Amino acid sequence: MRFAAVESTDPEFIIDVEGVTKRFGDRTVVNQISMQVRRGEIYGFLGPNGSGKTTFIRMLCGLLTPDAGQGRVLNYNILTESAEIKKHVGYMTQRFSYYEDLSIAENLDFVARMYGVPNRREAVDKSLERLGLTERRRQLAGQLSGGWKQRLALAACLIHEPKLLLLDEPTAGVDPKARRDFWEEIHSLAARGLTVLITTHYMDEAERCHRLAYIAYGSLLTHGAVADVVRAAGLTTWAVTGDNLYPLAEKLRGLPGIDEVVAFGNTLHISGRNAAQLQASITPFMGGAYRWEPIASGLEDVFISLMETAKDNFA
Amino acid sequence: MKRHPFSPRRFWAMVVKEFIQMRRDRVTFGMMIGIPLLQLILFGFAINSDPKHLPTAVLSADQGIFSRSLLFALKNSDYFRFVSEVNSEAEAQKLLDGGEVQFVVNIPENFSRKLMRGERPTVLLEADATDPVATGNAISAITTLISSAMDRDLKGNLQRLKATPGPVDLRLHRKYNPEGITRFNIVPGLMGVVLTMTMVMITALAVTRERERGTMENLLATPARPFEVMLGKIVPYILVGYIQITLILLAAKLLFQVPIVGNPVLLYAVALVFITANLSVGITFSTLGQNQLQAVQMAFFFFLPSLLLSGFMFPFRGMPDWAQAIGSVLPLTHFLRIVRGILLKGNGLIDILPHLWPLAAFMAVALTIGVKRYRQTLD
Ligand SMILES: Nc1ncnc2c1ncn2[C@@H]1O[C@H](COP(=O)(O)OP(=O)(O)O)[C@@H](O)[C@H]1O
Ligand SMILES: [Mg+2]
Repeated sequence: MRFAAVESTDPEFIIDVEGVTKRFGDRTVVNQISMQVRRGEIYGFLGPNGSGKTTFIRMLCGLLTPDAGQGRVLNYNILTESAEIKKHVGYMTQRFSYYEDLSIAENLDFVARMYGVPNRREAVDKSLERLGLTERRRQLAGQLSGGWKQRLALAACLIHEPKLLLLDEPTAGVDPKARRDFWEEIHSLAARGLTVLITTHYMDEAERCHRLAYIAYGSLLTHGAVADVVRAAGLTTWAVTGDNLYPLAEKLRGLPGIDEVVAFGNTLHISGRNAAQLQASITPFMGGAYRWEPIASGLEDVFISLMETAKDNFA
Repeated sequence: MKRHPFSPRRFWAMVVKEFIQMRRDRVTFGMMIGIPLLQLILFGFAINSDPKHLPTAVLSADQGIFSRSLLFALKNSDYFRFVSEVNSEAEAQKLLDGGEVQFVVNIPENFSRKLMRGERPTVLLEADATDPVATGNAISAITTLISSAMDRDLKGNLQRLKATPGPVDLRLHRKYNPEGITRFNIVPGLMGVVLTMTMVMITALAVTRERERGTMENLLATPARPFEVMLGKIVPYILVGYIQITLILLAAKLLFQVPIVGNPVLLYAVALVFITANLSVGITFSTLGQNQLQAVQMAFFFFLPSLLLSGFMFPFRGMPDWAQAIGSVLPLTHFLRIVRGILLKGNGLIDILPHLWPLAAFMAVALTIGVKRYRQTLD
């Protein structure tokens, strides 16, 4: 009965899991998460630190055993067929986990051997070239800067031509130019049919995903395309522009209907889910030196609001 | 669940990787070469003790009263424990070669009659002097033992025989290490000690290091099987073990002038079992420890009893039963007997077989536990 649901899943879903749960001791770190990711999709996975993203990804590729839940990755059962899953998944860990005392080429060669890549030498050369690492091939991985380490890690988890990429905060600590190049690469891979699940804290990156999910305290709070997520949050946001906004922000915080007040340079974003209450609370402050205007809520406003609500509910 | 057989390709990937890492880690590599040399120099001294109840075979061709009281006196001294009576020189030799007895007491025909006639018959004591510490006290006690035993029986007109040079001519035949030189025993033994220490330590770090550096997560994400990873981590260090053996053999020959009687090729072959046994122990520790420090502590926990109870520090037969029981399980105990057997006694494969199978059994158990303990998840 339990497996009936799994058998009937649509093979178009590269990731199709439900009710996945992980406990460490008596702490539930991942709580009943279900997720469906389609072939060729770039799926963003967001959430504050410690919300269980890494733990969830590890369960997808067989590095951790779920305490509850079931499902399929690449149409293999996550509970019983993790050996098969591993062959076709490229997993980029949050912490750099290639050998720092091996050179770039040696690391790639090791990974290629491990996965039994045909024409190994050629594959290594090609991958070095594609990522612009050819001149650095003899450099020890430990001596690379963050950006180059990230390139090496991406090259290494692509070398066996996986069908699914699991990228855990791949762009943390990487400069904007390198981040942009990285995303170009991800999009071109997805265009060729590769499915990508990626965790990030950057809003601009979240907006480049086809769909995304947001988790906090181990629970999935929302998911869908960016626009759907924003709409579903039902948030009203006002922007206030002017000088010396700090005292105003202090006064607004905690008023009924105001869920969050966030400063962006010379602008304050004031959001809340109850539009009428929010309006009532800000009306007394309108006029004067400040310019008020209603704006479309951004992803960040939505996530911060979700997290605040989640804190009230779970923490 | 599908079966996933051993993949030579992935095993080889591990071997290549470990070799490169070993080459890059100059300090560790230097230690593995430096430790044997340092120990050779440090262990120039011997540790003394007074082992008793040493197994002794009796080859007696005389049934007279004097031979009986002589044997009785030896037995009463606590130094000698008669384990067998043999009928020929060849039989006695076999027991000595196999290490089953430490001594053979050889009493010639007509011993009692010759003694009464005042002809000073010869008693031959053959000793396995491989380990001079083990036999030393027993040998020095025997002269006094014999004369006091004879004293009681020499009465009446036989009293005159008590005069110098004594009624019996005791001949001592130290075999294998005729001059009783301690370092002849220590240096081959050191081979086993050095291998135990470095081999267990180096692999104890092998898996914990991957865990500590975070590379374990990646290794586990690949399709690698536990046995491939273990074996891949063991094989490169077998080579290191052989370098150490060669160093010690060279030092034994050139620096300490230890006579090498047996076949070094046989030694190299047997060493494979011993090295693998120790590497497997290390790997097992590696899967038990949470970090490199714990792994090193466990390696020492294994190393100390090996050093103390194997017969390297103290003569095995001088230890209490419980210590001998522990010692018999340790691979070093058996390897010491094999090394000394081959190098000093010229033992062949048949002679060392009784010590080879416990080694092999130990290796199999350690490797199995290691593979079973190696977890494929981060749980
Ligand atoms: N092996 C573990 N044992 C105990 N707690 C763990 C373990 N791994 C992760 N955790 C805890 O689980 C929570 C979620 O961690 P993680 O999945 O790494 O979150 P994220 O990747 O979203 O930052 C954290 O509070 C972390 O401390
Ligand atoms: Mg994480």
